[in-house]
Amino acid sequence: MNVRSQIAMVFHLDKCIGCHTCSLACKNIWTDRKGTEYMWWNNVETKPGTGYPTKWEDQEKFKGGWEKKNGHVRLKSTGKGRIVTNIFHNPHMPSMDDYYEPWTYDYQNLFNAPEGPDQPTAKPISMVTGEYIDIESGPNWDDDLGGSPVYGENDPNFAGLTDEQRLQLFSIEQLVFFYFPRICNHCTNPACVAACPSGALYKRGEDGIVLLDQKRCRAWRSCVAACPYKKVFFNWFTGKSEKCILCYPRLETGQAPACFHSCVGRIRYLGVLLYDADRVEETANLPQEQLIDGQRDMILDPGDPHVIANAKKNGIPDSVIKAAEESPVYQFIKVWKLALPPHAEFRTLPMLFYVPPMAPVMASRQDTGALNSVSDNLFHDIDDARVPMKFLANLFGAGQEGKVAYALRKQKAVRWYRRAVTVGDVDLETAERMLREADCTVSEAMAIYEITSLCTFEQRFVIPPMYREQAIEALKDPHEQKQSAGFGFLSGPRRGL
Amino acid sequence: MALSSNSLDIVLFAALPYLVLFTFLLVSIQRYRAQTFSFSSLSSQLLENKRHFWALVPFHYGILVVFAGHLVAFLIPRSIVLWNSQPLRLYVLEVTGLVFGILTLVGLTEMIARRFTNSKVRKVTSRLDALLYLLLLTQVVSGIALAVYYPWGSSWFATNLTPYLWSLFRFQPDLTYITGLPILAKLHILNAFVVIGLFPFTRLVHILVVPNPYLWRKPQVVRWYRPAPRNLT
Repeated sequence: MNVRSQIAMVFHLDKCIGCHTCSLACKNIWTDRKGTEYMWWNNVETKPGTGYPTKWEDQEKFKGGWEKKNGHVRLKSTGKGRIVTNIFHNPHMPSMDDYYEPWTYDYQNLFNAPEGPDQPTAKPISMVTGEYIDIESGPNWDDDLGGSPVYGENDPNFAGLTDEQRLQLFSIEQLVFFYFPRICNHCTNPACVAACPSGALYKRGEDGIVLLDQKRCRAWRSCVAACPYKKVFFNWFTGKSEKCILCYPRLETGQAPACFHSCVGRIRYLGVLLYDADRVEETANLPQEQLIDGQRDMILDPGDPHVIANAKKNGIPDSVIKAAEESPVYQFIKVWKLALPPHAEFRTLPMLFYVPPMAPVMASRQDTGALNSVSDNLFHDIDDARVPMKFLANLFGAGQEGKVAYALRKQKAVRWYRRAVTVGDVDLETAERMLREADCTVSEAMAIYEITSLCTFEQRFVIPPMYREQAIEALKDPHEQKQSAGFGFLSGPRRGL
Repeated sequence: MALSSNSLDIVLFAALPYLVLFTFLLVSIQRYRAQTFSFSSLSSQLLENKRHFWALVPFHYGILVVFAGHLVAFLIPRSIVLWNSQPLRLYVLEVTGLVFGILTLVGLTEMIARRFTNSKVRKVTSRLDALLYLLLLTQVVSGIALAVYYPWGSSWFATNLTPYLWSLFRFQPDLTYITGLPILAKLHILNAFVVIGLFPFTRLVHILVVPNPYLWRKPQVVRWYRPAPRNLT
C-alpha cells in the first residue's frame, strides 16, 4: 500500500443555480491577462448542451483521454508514437473557433462619436487582432438553452437514448436543464501529464494538484489534445499552456480556492482523500462498468489503523490524516456513494466528483406534485424521470444508470425523512421505509442533511495544513536566505526573447 | 565581382563563421539559463488550425530530410561519394534531395502566406519572425536553385564543402575549396551563417529543446518537495 493524499472536490449539482460567480471569481484572479482572455479555468455549462469548448465530451472528435486497448490502458491519440509524428501539427487540437474569439467593446465611441441622428454604439473589438469583429459565439453561448435544437440537441451525452427519450427532452413545457460547473479535475491518472513531451506537467506529490511548469512548456500542445475534459488551455500570446491551479497559493495559506469561496449556492466541498497510489494503473485499466467502484476502492479509509500506519510511513503528517478523517468529500464519495466522477470512461480517475441533480428529475411528468406517490413504489418519479436516467448515466455513471439512480434515491429518501421530521405531512414510517430502500440509515440521513443544507464554511472546506514552509526549508537554508533575499526583480511573461 | 575578392572572402568565409558559431553557442546557453521561459515553439495552431497543417507538416518533414542529407555529407563524405559512383544511385539521391527541397519550399511558402494573410496569426508575428522567414526563404530557394542549375551537388558538397567545413572546425580555415564556387553556392553558405548567428535570438531555439527524455520516461510525473516516499510515479 502506497498511501498518498489528494485534495479532492465534490460539487453538489442540486444546489447549483447557474449564477457563474465561480467563473468570474476565477477569471478576475487568474485569466484576465493577454492571451488568456478566452480561457475559463472554471466554467458553468448548461446540460443538455454542447459545452465549452463546443462538444468537448465527444472523444470521437477530440480523441482525448485514455482508452483500453489489448488489455492495457493507453492514451487515445496522444501516446508517444503519435506525438512524435504529430508534433508539427496536432490533428485533434481544438482551435480558437471551438472556443470563441475574445472581444471587448469600443466604449470610447459612446463618448467620442460625432453628433448625428443615431445613438452611438459600442462595436465589438477582437481582443486578439484589435479589429472590429462580428461576434459569432462566446462563453456560455448556450446558457439555459437546454431544449434548443442547435445546442441542447447536440449534447454528446445523448448517445444511447431512444428517440422517445430524446423527444421527451425537447417537447415544450417538458424540456429541462441543469447546470454543470467544471474546473480541472486534478486527476489521479492525468492524460495531460502523461502526454506532455517536455515533462512540464506534473502532479504535486503532497496534495495531488496538477500543475504546469511554465518554464518547461515548449508549446507542443499535446496536453490540450490529451485532456478529455479540455481543461488545459493554450496561451496564444506567451506560447505556453495554462490550466487551473486549484488556487494553490490560497490553499497553502488556508483559504478555499476562489471559485469555492465565492460559490453562492454553496455547492462546493473540498477536503483530503487518502488513496493507494499502487493501484492507480490497475484501477484505470478496469472494465468500464467497474471503473466507479474501482476508484472508490482505490480511495482509502482514513480511520483504518492499517491505512494510518502506511500513511505515516509515507511521510503524511498527522494533521493531514486528521483532515482526511474530517473530510466531507470522503463521506460523499466513499461512504454515502452520493458523488460520482464525471465521465469515468475517460479513465483519468478524476478527483472532482458530482452529486447528480434532483431538480430536473423530481419535477415529474405527472402534475400530482413530488409528495404524492401513485403506487407502492416510493421512487417512481426517479424511475419515470423527466431527464432520462441514461443521459445522467452517460455523464456521471460511465453509462450505468444504477450508480446515478442509487444517488438520487438516497437523496430523495433523505428529503422525505427530513420532511417527516420538520413538517410532518409525510408519514414517518413511510419515510423510514424509504431510507431502508435507499440503503440509508437515520444517522446517515441526518449527516447528509446537515452537510447539504446547514453546512458552514469550515464544514464544506476542510483544508489541511500544506507544510510548504517546511518544503522550502528542505531546499534552502533559511539562515542563508536571510542574508541573500531582499529586494529583487520579478519579470512578467514575455513572448519569445 | 565583390564576392570573389580575396579579402572579402576571408571576412565572410573565415571570420564570419566563427562569429556566428560563438554567438550561437553563447547566446543559446545564456538564453536558456536566464530566459528559460522564452524557449517555446510559439505555436499558432490555436489561432488557425487548417492551413497550419498544409504549411507546417511539409515544411518540417522537408527540412528534416534535407538537413539530414547535409549532415550525412558533412560527417561521412566518403560514403556519399562512393554511393554516387553509380549514376542510378546518384540520380536517386539528387531527386530525393530535390523533392524534399521543394516540399520544404511549398510548406515555407504556405507558412509565410498564412502568417501574413490570417489576421490573428499576423498579430503574433514579430519583425524578427519576418526577417527569419526572409532568410529561410532565401536559403531554401538558393538550395533548390543549386540543385537545379549545378547538379550533382551531393558529390561536390562532399568533395568541396565538407573539407572546408572541417577546416573551420579545426580552426584552420582553408578557403581554397570554396573560392571557385559559383556565387549561388556562396550565397547559400553565407545565408546559412546568418541564420545560425540569428538562431539563438529567434523562435528557432525550439529545435534545441526538442523533447527526448519523454520517450523513455514513465507516463506520470510527480514532483515532491519533501523526499519522495517510494517509487517516483
